[in-house]
Amino acid sequence: MMVKVYNFHGGIHPPDNKKHSTRSPIRPAPLPDRLILPLQQHIGHPATPLVAVGDCVLKGQKIAEPAGRISAAVHAPTSGRISYIGPHPIPHASGLEADTIVLDSDGKDEWITHQPISDYRQMKKSELIDFIREAGIAGLGGAGFPTDVKLHLGDDHIVNTLIINAAECEPYITADDMLLRERADQVLSGIEILAHLLQPSHILIGIEDNKAHAIRSLSDALQQTQLKTKLNIDLVVVPTKYPSGGEKQLIKLLTNVEVPSGKIPADVGIVCQNVGTAAAIHRAVHLGEPLISRIVTVTGEAVGHPQNLEVLIGTPFETLLQASEVDHNRLFRLVMGGPMMGISVENDQIPVIKTTNCIIAATYDEMPPAPPAQPCIRCGMCEQVCPAELLPQQLYWFAKGREFDKARHHNLFDCIECGACAYVCPSSIPLVQHYRFAKSEIRNEEAEQKKADHARIRFEARQARLERELAEKEQKRKERAEAAAKQQLLRQRAEDAKPAAEQSNEAELKQLKTAAAIARTKLKKARDALKNAEDKGQEGIEKMQETVKDLELKAEQAHNAWISAGGEDPAAKASPSIQQETESL
Amino acid sequence: MSLIRLSSPHVFKANTSAAVMQQVLLATLPAIFAMTLFFGWGTLIQITLAMLLALSFEAICLLLRKRSLRFFLTDGSALVTAVLLGLAIPPFAPWWVMAVGIFSAIVLAKHLYGGLGNNPFNPAMVAYALLLISFPVEMTRWTLPFVIQGDGWQVASFADTLRLIFMGMEPVWLDTLTGATPLDVLKNRGGMTTEEVWRSSAVLSQGVFAWYAVSGAYLMGGIYLLYRKIFTWHAPVAMLATLFIMASLVYGIDPYNYADPFVHLGVGATMMGAFFIATDPVSCATSNKGKIIFGIGAGLLVYIIRTWGNYPDAVAFAILLMNLAAPFIDLYTQPRSYGHARARVGIKDKG
Amino acid sequence: MSTILTAVLALLLLAAAFGLLLGYAAVRFRVEGDPIVEQIDAILPQTQCGQCGYPGCKPYAEAISNGDAINKCPPGGQATIDALADLLDLEPIPLDSEHGEEKPKTVAYIREDECIGCTKCIQACPVDAILGAAKQMHTVIISECTGCDLCVEPCPVDCIDMIPLPVTPNNWRWPAPVSDPSLILTDRGRGHLMQESA
Repeated sequence: MMVKVYNFHGGIHPPDNKKHSTRSPIRPAPLPDRLILPLQQHIGHPATPLVAVGDCVLKGQKIAEPAGRISAAVHAPTSGRISYIGPHPIPHASGLEADTIVLDSDGKDEWITHQPISDYRQMKKSELIDFIREAGIAGLGGAGFPTDVKLHLGDDHIVNTLIINAAECEPYITADDMLLRERADQVLSGIEILAHLLQPSHILIGIEDNKAHAIRSLSDALQQTQLKTKLNIDLVVVPTKYPSGGEKQLIKLLTNVEVPSGKIPADVGIVCQNVGTAAAIHRAVHLGEPLISRIVTVTGEAVGHPQNLEVLIGTPFETLLQASEVDHNRLFRLVMGGPMMGISVENDQIPVIKTTNCIIAATYDEMPPAPPAQPCIRCGMCEQVCPAELLPQQLYWFAKGREFDKARHHNLFDCIECGACAYVCPSSIPLVQHYRFAKSEIRNEEAEQKKADHARIRFEARQARLERELAEKEQKRKERAEAAAKQQLLRQRAEDAKPAAEQSNEAELKQLKTAAAIARTKLKKARDALKNAEDKGQEGIEKMQETVKDLELKAEQAHNAWISAGGEDPAAKASPSIQQETESL
Repeated sequence: MSLIRLSSPHVFKANTSAAVMQQVLLATLPAIFAMTLFFGWGTLIQITLAMLLALSFEAICLLLRKRSLRFFLTDGSALVTAVLLGLAIPPFAPWWVMAVGIFSAIVLAKHLYGGLGNNPFNPAMVAYALLLISFPVEMTRWTLPFVIQGDGWQVASFADTLRLIFMGMEPVWLDTLTGATPLDVLKNRGGMTTEEVWRSSAVLSQGVFAWYAVSGAYLMGGIYLLYRKIFTWHAPVAMLATLFIMASLVYGIDPYNYADPFVHLGVGATMMGAFFIATDPVSCATSNKGKIIFGIGAGLLVYIIRTWGNYPDAVAFAILLMNLAAPFIDLYTQPRSYGHARARVGIKDKG
Repeated sequence: MSTILTAVLALLLLAAAFGLLLGYAAVRFRVEGDPIVEQIDAILPQTQCGQCGYPGCKPYAEAISNGDAINKCPPGGQATIDALADLLDLEPIPLDSEHGEEKPKTVAYIREDECIGCTKCIQACPVDAILGAAKQMHTVIISECTGCDLCVEPCPVDCIDMIPLPVTPNNWRWPAPVSDPSLILTDRGRGHLMQESA
């Protein structure tokens, strides 16, 4: 059955320069005196060292353990003594140093006891994945994503298709090619384990058509092992076109499915693994060997004998270059990885790590510095070759003008940095570096924004706390003051309560008494006047009589009020007397 | 050890802007040959003059802007502008017309906007439009193809042409060898139908072959550039197809008053515009879809202005107008990126 | 005469009509944005350092919304000024050096041997990033420190240093490609080497 091969947009055909390094078989690299093992050779958290300076370790012994979910263990690639733990230059685009464990080889290359798994099918899947995690396996294709994390994908995703990436589209690199030529059985055995863990319904091995030898060896092995029908494996030969080995591009080529932006292949039911990773899994499970070595292509015009070497992780580049007869006078640029996406390093003491698939010792004529960038003439060639179907020149304008929002809107983060645009640019603009710059600025801005937001929350929390404390203090002070005032009041009241009441009563009585007395006096005066008038026979006696009557009433009322309020004796005596006096009239 | 640290990629395709420009220059050779063959030495003299002027103005601008002379003079963009303008203006136009043209192309349309890559308009077309508006007499006195006269080559000698261009010494043959272009004749035909004009005018009945031949030469150059992948087919094909369809429709409705579609494609600056101006990457739309829209717009405008406007030819105006619209077209024709359900268009995210 | 009247009348009518239209649009299409103070505060770097003369970022945000200058924030630097200018539709202006210079990011570091445990720095820290108690040695939680250096001044034994954050492969940023050195007349320097701008 032929599997249909689809296509992805763009792509380029750089000269592949692969023939030089495939002439001789894979050779073991010489054992260096000193191995430098970075704690972070993978994507994720750096591993935590388990050894101290001075410790003696055996080959295959775990010397650093994974820290966190996405991390990978590091093992001693040979036996020897730990001589240093600390910063050392690592293969990184920044050229900076990072923490490493340095192991001085004792030359004995003495193994720990191998502990292979006799029958992994009897094991619980999670235990088998843990075993692979303990073996320190991270994607050997170049990105270095810890493999165990990908194998857990079967837990919460339905994996329909397992894609084994053997495309190896970058020029110069032949590590996977040579692996397939010589060790196709190991790769297949690894695929079997992967299939057991992920249970895909279909396995596709994608390989570019420029590797006829590897294709033949792989299909022979497939036939011999009869895995083809058992696991439903298809070997798919794809046309040679860079970057067909990019995960997303290979998925498009083989299945015509696009991984949605910001998602992982498992979200569309696909898991990708590199052939080298499959072989490493085989060696870990069946031979009990953790990931301590890998195949590295050493090539470029400055080496006399381009070849593929089986290299212990941690071997300095210098050892490999010497083993391949490097001509230092002609060496101009040292690249780890391929010419399209690899990083150039300034130091040949930098060690091989799990993701080092190739070392190119290039001469000046082979990889001259790019000519100075000319102005962009908007020719659009970059757009024609972009495998992510972006508008590279628009992104360039935005990155250059620091209009990061717009760059983002133009899907900057879908850029896979494959370098196809910069490769074809007639104006020699370092496009990829512009994008990398923009990406790291945006990431940095985001991190800073996050930090600022975090600081704001903490500041506001602190402000709130201070205010609360102040308010609490104030509240307490108030409460104390109030309590004191209350007590004071209570005491006072206890003292003054009775007399105060009497006093007020007395005053009232006094007032009433006075009023009654005044009324009486007025009455008396009016009577006198009346009597006088009657005596003299004056006019207006009736009116005066009325007045007297009125006054009598008032005097009576005032007296009564006084009595009812508690007034006593003088009035009680006085009142009848008034009546008597009145009646007597 | 002195190794260097550079960002990937580490290899590049042997391909430079200068090489692109050289290819474009190469592709104009058939047209230069055809123009010289049919219209005499004038074209060659104009192109030479234009190149010299362009390089001088470019150098002056670069010096004023403190840019590297060696680096920018060799990119060839000024030469392309010069050759295109040299081909576009009448072969017997006086030298100062060309001087004004090149000045406006290089200084005004290019360097004042920031030099190569930053000019929103095609410099040669800016210059052409400016000249057409400023010097209508000089710009519409086109040379008659020598096929009409038969002995044109003997009459308009190299020396005579030089004297005419540089010293303004008008030779006796000037009136017999200059006249209107076919589009001019068609435009100013009075009350005649196209068929009558076609029969009565020597320019049309006998001379039009020359213009067809020149257009053919441009087409050859364009196909060569397409083959070399210097540009994509989108803009020129869209422009020519639109023009052809428009012309066919209108001609089909009223063949007495409107020119047939082949005249529209074959005479005037149509082919030059489609393959050498509309494909100018700097001032064109970016994406393939955008280029198609650009081409359609240019084709429509060419037909509209030619047929109902004041000017007999309209390629310069049409393309300048579309240059104006290119950034806007770009905003709304972004391609759908890998992993996205649809293209993001416009400036900002919605919602 | 009547033509003038007609013209004036027409203009008045037009003015009235457009006035109504504008008034209606203003009401109908009113944009309810975030309160501007919140937006300004979101741009400020939240170091709470007070170099602007206000007791924190929020108060400065309020001051800006009331018309104060936007160039008083040294920790934010030009990037913050540009963002503020963009938000408020103002011209970007250079940083007012009266309030300080734009410096690389730093974090406070307490020389723990010298610390006497006075808690003065703890009280000064606007984001509670210093850990410690009276008579106990203090230490800075680096991930929380905003580098405002407000703790340096109160320390009676001067044991707090502001140290720049180290660049590691994990926080290293790609530099912008050197902008075309050879575009200048000198014609020197072929090739753009990556600059060592850490």
